[in-house]
Amino acid sequence: MLINQFLLLGAALFSLGVYGVLTRKNAVLVLLSVELMLAAVNINLVAFDRYFVDTEAAGQVFALFVITVAAAEVGIGLAIVLLIFRVRKSANVDEFDLMKL
Amino acid sequence: MIGTPIFDVFSTLLAGVNHASRFNDGGALAAGAWMIPVVPMVMAFLIVFFGKRSPWKGWVMATGTMLFVAIYGMALFLMNLVEGITYQGSVWLSDVGTTAFGVLNVEWGWMVDGLSIMMYFLVGVVGVLIFWYARGYMEDDVRYTWFFASFTLFAGGMLVLVSAPNLIQLIVGWELVGVSSYLLIGHYWEEHQNSSAAIKAFMTNKVADVGLFVGAIIIGVSVGSFRFSEILGVVEGESGDSTLAKYAFWAGLAIFIGAMGKSAQFPLHVWLPDAMAGPTPVSALMHAATMVTAGVYLIGRLFPFYMNDLFASDVRTVIIIVGAATLLLAGLLALVQDDIKRVLAYSTLSQLGYMTAAMGAGAYTAGLFHLFTHGFFKALLFLGAGSIIHAVHSNNMSDMGGLRKYMPRTFWTFLIGSFALAGIFPLAGFWSKDEILASIQYDASHGGGAVASTVLVVAIIGAFVTALYMTRTVYLTFFGKYKGDAHPHESPKTMTLPMVGLTIGAVGLGALNIPGITTWFTDSLAARFVAPGDHHATSIEWVLAIIGTAAALAGIALGYRLWHRDAAIQRDRDTFRIPVLYPLLENKYYIDDFYMGNIIRPVRGPLARAVDWFNSHIIDSVVNGAGYLARGLGKTVYLFDQRGIDGVINVSGFAASFAGGMLRLFQTGRVQHYAIMIFAGTVFLVVGLIIF
Amino acid sequence: MFEDGWGLSLIVFLPVVGAGAVLLIPRAQEQAQKLTALLFAGASFALSVFLAIGFDYGVAGFQANTAADTTWIGAINSHYHIGVDGISLPLLVLSTLMTLLSIVYSWNHWPEPENPKAFLVLILVLATGMAGTFVALDLILFFVFFEVVLLPMYFMIGIWGDKNKVKLPVVERVVEMRIYASLKFFLFTLFGSAFMLLGFLALYFRSGDGAAQRTFDIVELSMRSDLFTGVFAFWVFAALFLGFAVKVPMFPFHTWLPDAHTAAPTVGSVLLAAILLKLGTYGFVRIALPILPNEAEEWAWFIGVLAVIGIIYASLACLAQTDMKRLIAFSSVGHMGFVMLGIATLTDIGINAAIIGMVAHGAITGMLFFVVGSMSHRYHTRDMARLGGNQKLMPIMGGIFGFVAMASLGLPGLAGFWGEFMALLASWQPAAALSTDLFRTLMVIGAVGTVLTAGYMLWMLQRVNFGEPPEEWSSHELHDVDKWEMAAWVPLLAGILVLGVFPRLVFGATNDAVIEMIEAGWRFVGG
Repeated sequence: MLINQFLLLGAALFSLGVYGVLTRKNAVLVLLSVELMLAAVNINLVAFDRYFVDTEAAGQVFALFVITVAAAEVGIGLAIVLLIFRVRKSANVDEFDLMKL
Repeated sequence: MIGTPIFDVFSTLLAGVNHASRFNDGGALAAGAWMIPVVPMVMAFLIVFFGKRSPWKGWVMATGTMLFVAIYGMALFLMNLVEGITYQGSVWLSDVGTTAFGVLNVEWGWMVDGLSIMMYFLVGVVGVLIFWYARGYMEDDVRYTWFFASFTLFAGGMLVLVSAPNLIQLIVGWELVGVSSYLLIGHYWEEHQNSSAAIKAFMTNKVADVGLFVGAIIIGVSVGSFRFSEILGVVEGESGDSTLAKYAFWAGLAIFIGAMGKSAQFPLHVWLPDAMAGPTPVSALMHAATMVTAGVYLIGRLFPFYMNDLFASDVRTVIIIVGAATLLLAGLLALVQDDIKRVLAYSTLSQLGYMTAAMGAGAYTAGLFHLFTHGFFKALLFLGAGSIIHAVHSNNMSDMGGLRKYMPRTFWTFLIGSFALAGIFPLAGFWSKDEILASIQYDASHGGGAVASTVLVVAIIGAFVTALYMTRTVYLTFFGKYKGDAHPHESPKTMTLPMVGLTIGAVGLGALNIPGITTWFTDSLAARFVAPGDHHATSIEWVLAIIGTAAALAGIALGYRLWHRDAAIQRDRDTFRIPVLYPLLENKYYIDDFYMGNIIRPVRGPLARAVDWFNSHIIDSVVNGAGYLARGLGKTVYLFDQRGIDGVINVSGFAASFAGGMLRLFQTGRVQHYAIMIFAGTVFLVVGLIIF
Repeated sequence: MFEDGWGLSLIVFLPVVGAGAVLLIPRAQEQAQKLTALLFAGASFALSVFLAIGFDYGVAGFQANTAADTTWIGAINSHYHIGVDGISLPLLVLSTLMTLLSIVYSWNHWPEPENPKAFLVLILVLATGMAGTFVALDLILFFVFFEVVLLPMYFMIGIWGDKNKVKLPVVERVVEMRIYASLKFFLFTLFGSAFMLLGFLALYFRSGDGAAQRTFDIVELSMRSDLFTGVFAFWVFAALFLGFAVKVPMFPFHTWLPDAHTAAPTVGSVLLAAILLKLGTYGFVRIALPILPNEAEEWAWFIGVLAVIGIIYASLACLAQTDMKRLIAFSSVGHMGFVMLGIATLTDIGINAAIIGMVAHGAITGMLFFVVGSMSHRYHTRDMARLGGNQKLMPIMGGIFGFVAMASLGLPGLAGFWGEFMALLASWQPAAALSTDLFRTLMVIGAVGTVLTAGYMLWMLQRVNFGEPPEEWSSHELHDVDKWEMAAWVPLLAGILVLGVFPRLVFGATNDAVIEMIEAGWRFVGG
C-alpha cells in the first residue's frame, strides 16, 4: 500500500487551509481554515506512523495531541473573535492591525 | 685623595726652571720675583673688599704695593746693571692634550731678564709717583677706593704681562690691562661719553687682540710650546725648515696687529685720545708705563723672531711704515687740539710711532730706550697737565694762559718735560730720540733701503712737529693772560713732589745710554735667553744729532713766532687754516668717522637688526610656520576624522535606519500578511533545501 | 660607598626622593618644604663632591659605576648601567651644585603664581633628570633621563613664565609668551629626541646578531664602533646630530632658546642655561663621537661651520636686543658655538676646551641669569632702554653684573677664557682627517666673534649699569643684593675666578678621559 495518496490528501487539505487562512476575511472562517491545516497534519502523522511501522505509535499519539490542542485553540480563538466582534462590531481581519503597535 | 687636581698644585708650586746661560740667574731675588705681579693683583682684590676701612681709604694699600714693586724693580735693575740676570720660574697649572701638537702646558710663571726688569722698574717707579700724586688729585672723588683698586689692578695687569714667560700668560696680562683700562677710562661713568670712550678703548684693543690670539696660536702650535724661551730657541737654532718658519710672516703680522692695538698704532690709534676721559693719573700711567708700552714690549719680547731673516723679518717693513705713519700723522693732530690732555695723547701716539719705527728698523735697544725715557717725561707732562686742570677746572687750553705766575713749580717741571719730549740736549729725550734716528739711518744703509730712508726723513720732520706742538702748548698754557673763570693756584705738595721726582728722571736717565760712553742700558737689556740680534749705535752720530736738534729748535722757533704774542687772542690766531690739511686734522683724518659710519654703526644697526629680523621672521617663522602647519594639518585630520571616518559610521547608521524604514513597510500588523511571509519563507527554505 | 654604583645612584635619585618628601608635606608648611628640598639637594651635592674628591684621576675609564649585569629591561638587553669618568664628573658636580644654588636662591624669590611646593618639586625632579643624563651609560637610560628633564622645565616655563602677550611676526598671531615658549621648547626638543631615539634603536639592531648579542650599552657600543659604517652610519649620525643639536642648541635649531629663556622664571633660565644646554654637547662627546668616530670625521666640517655661524650670528643678534634676558639667551648660542667648534676639531685639546667651556658657560651664564632675574625682579622690566645707572642704584648688584659680564666675554683669568681660546687653538690644527684650511678660516672668524661678544656685553653694561639713573627709578627704594642671593652667588663667582686661574680643576679630570676617547675612537683610522 502506498503512502502517496494519504500525503496527497494531506497536502491538498493543507493547501486549502492555507488558502483559507490567507484569503478569508472573516475571522471565524480563518479559524476553520486553521483547523483544516491541523487536520492535514494529523493525516500526515498517522500516515507516516503506519508507513514506518512505528512500534510506539508516536505519530498517532501526536495526532491525538494535535486534536486536543486544536480544540483548545479554537475555543480560545472563538472567544477572542467574539470579544473583538463585540468591541468592533466586525469580524473582518483586515480591520485588525493592532499588531503593528 | 692623591691625584685630586687641587692638591697637586702644592707639590708643583715653586718648581722653577732655571736656565744656565751666560748670565746670572739672579738668585733669591729673581726667584722671589713672582711677588711683583702677584702682590698688586691680590692687593687689588683686597682693596675692593677692605679698602674703605683701611688707612686713607685704600690709598696706603695701593701705594704701598707700588712702592714694593718700585723697590723690588729697582733692586733688580741695579743687580741687572752689575751683571745680567736671566731667570725663568714657573708653576705648572695643567696639561691638556697629547696628540695634536704635544702637550699644551698651562703654566703661570715669571720672567726675570733685562727686558722685564726694565719694565718692572718703569712700572714701579713711575707708578709709585703717580699713585702718590693721585692722592691729591683724586681727593674728593666719589669712588676713591674703587679708583685705587682698579688702578692697582691696572698696574698689576701690566706686571703680569711683562712677567709672562709664555704667550698665554701674556694674553692674560694683556686683557687684564685692557679691562682695567676700561674700568678707569670709564671711571666717571655717569657721563655717557666717558663710558663710550671706555668701550671704544676696549673694543679697539679687542679687535687687535684677534691678531694677537691668532698669532699666538700659530706660533704656539707650530713650536709646540707657548714659552718664549722655546719659541725663540727655535728661532735661534733652526735653519728655516721648521713649521714656525712656514707661517712666520703671518704669525708675525698677526702679533704685530695685536701690538698695534695696545700701542695705539695707526689706524688702530683711535681709542687713545678718547681715553682721556679717565682721570689724569690714569692717563699718566697708561701713557707712560702701562698699556701703550705693551705693544712695543711684545715686539721687543719676540725681537729675535722679527730679526731672523728666516722668520718674520719681512714684517718689519710693515712695522716701520706703520710706526712712521703714526709718528707723523699723530704729531700733526696734536697741533690742532684745544684739550691739553689730547695734545699729550697725540704726542704719545707720535712717540709710540717712534718706538715702533725703531723696532721696525731693527733697533731693539733704541726703541725700548725711548720707551723707558718717554715713560718718565710723558708721565711728568701728564701730571703737570693734571695739576693745571686741577687748578683751572677745565681741560681746554682756551681756558688757560698765564699760569706761569700762579703755578711756578708746575710750570718749570712741565717746561723741562716739554724740552725732554722735544729732544733738547742733554735731556733724556734727546738721547733716546737720537739713537732712534741713528738706528733708522743704520737700517737705511743695511737693507732697509728707500723705505728706511723715507722713514728717517719722516722721523726728522716728526721731531720738528713735536717741538712745534709742545711750544704751542707751553705758550697757550703758561704765557699770556689767564682766560678762564677759576682762581688758579699751585697744587699741593702731594702732587708737585712726584712731578719733581719725574723731572729728575726726565733730565738724567739719558745718561744710562750715551753711545760710546755709557752702555748700561744696552747691556742690561741684552740680558735675555736669546740674544736680540739688534744693532745699536756705539758712538754718537754727530750729523744726525745736529740735524735732529736743529729740527727741534726750528720747531720751537716757529712756535715762538706763532704763539709768543699775547695769548689772550690765541683763539683766533690758533687756527692756522691751511686748506685741506686743517679740516683733515680737525676731523682726525676722518678715521673715527669712517669706523663709526662704515663698521660700528652698520654692524650695530642694520646688520644686527637684519640678523635679528632674520631670526624672528625667517627661522622663527619656519618654526612657527611648522607649528601652525602642523596645527593646520591637525585640523585637516580632524576634519577627515569628523567627516571621513565618522562619516562612514554615520552613513552605516543611516543605511541601517533606511533599511529599517523600508522593512517597516512589511510590518502591516495584519496577521494574514505575516502568515504570507511565513509561508513564503518556508517555501523558499524548502525549495532551497530541495535544490541544493 | 662609590664602588658599586650605590653612591652614584644616591646622587641621582636623592633629589627625586626629596621631591616625594616635599609632596607629602602639607602646603601650608612652607619652611619645612624648603628645608627638605635643601637637605636633599645638599646631600646630593655633598655626595658628588665626595665623589670628586675620591675620584681616581689617573685612570681614564668609568668609575663608581654599577655592575654590568644590573639588568633593567631584559627583553631588549638594557641595563641599569651608570658611571662617571673624567668627562662627566665636572658636569655632574656642576649640575648638583646648580640645583642646590637654585633652591637657595628660591628661598625668598618665588615667581608668580607663588607655589613653593610645586616649584621645589619640579626643581628636584629636574635635578634627577640632569644628573642622571650625565651618568647614564645605557642608551635607553640616557634617553629616559634626557626626557625626564623636559617635563619639569615645560611646567616651569608654562606656569611661572612670562605672562606678556607677544605677536609673532609673519604668522601674525598673538600668543601668551609662556605658553608659546614652553610649547616651543617642548616640541623642539621632542622633535630632536625622536630622531635621537631612532638612532639609538638603529645602533641597537646593528650592534649584534640576535637579541643576546645586541646592546644599548654606551661603553660596549663604543668598542664595536667598526660595526657602524657607510650609509647606515651616516643616517644614524644624522639622527643623533638632530637630537643633540637641538638641545645645544646649534644654529639653525636655536630659536626655541631665546624664547624659553626669556619666558622662563629666573631659576628656570638658570638651570636651562647652566645644565640643560650641556646635555646636547655632552651627548656629542659621550655618544656620537665614540660610537661613530668615522662618521664624526665626515660631519666635522659641517658641525664646525654651523658652530661658527652660530657664534657670529648670535653675537649680531645680541646687538639688536632690547631685552636683557633675551640678549643673554642669544649669547648662550654664541658660547655654545665655541663649545661645538672645539668638539668639531675632534682633537683632545678641542674636546677639553669644549668641556671646560661647558662648565664655564654653566657657571657664568647661570650667574648672568641669576643677576638679570634679580634685577628685573626689582625693576619689573628687562627693557634696557628703560634702565640705566644700575651701578649707582645697586652698587653690589652692578659690580657683580659687571664682573660676570666680563667673565662672559672671555676675559683671561676668568673661567670663560679657556674654552674660547683653546677651541680656537684646536681649530688651527684639527684632527688629521679634517680640512686644515677650513678650520683655520673658522678659527679666524671665531676670533672675530670674540670681538662682537665683547661688543654686546659692554654695550649692555653701558646701557644698564652706567649713566645717571632715569627719573623713573631715582626715587625708588631699591634693595641691593640680599643674603639669599649672596649665598647662591658667591660660590659661582668664586668658581668663575678659581676656574680661570686654575683650570686644572677641570682639565685634571677631563684630560685623560678625553685622550683615551680620542685614541680609542681613531685608533683604526690612522688619524
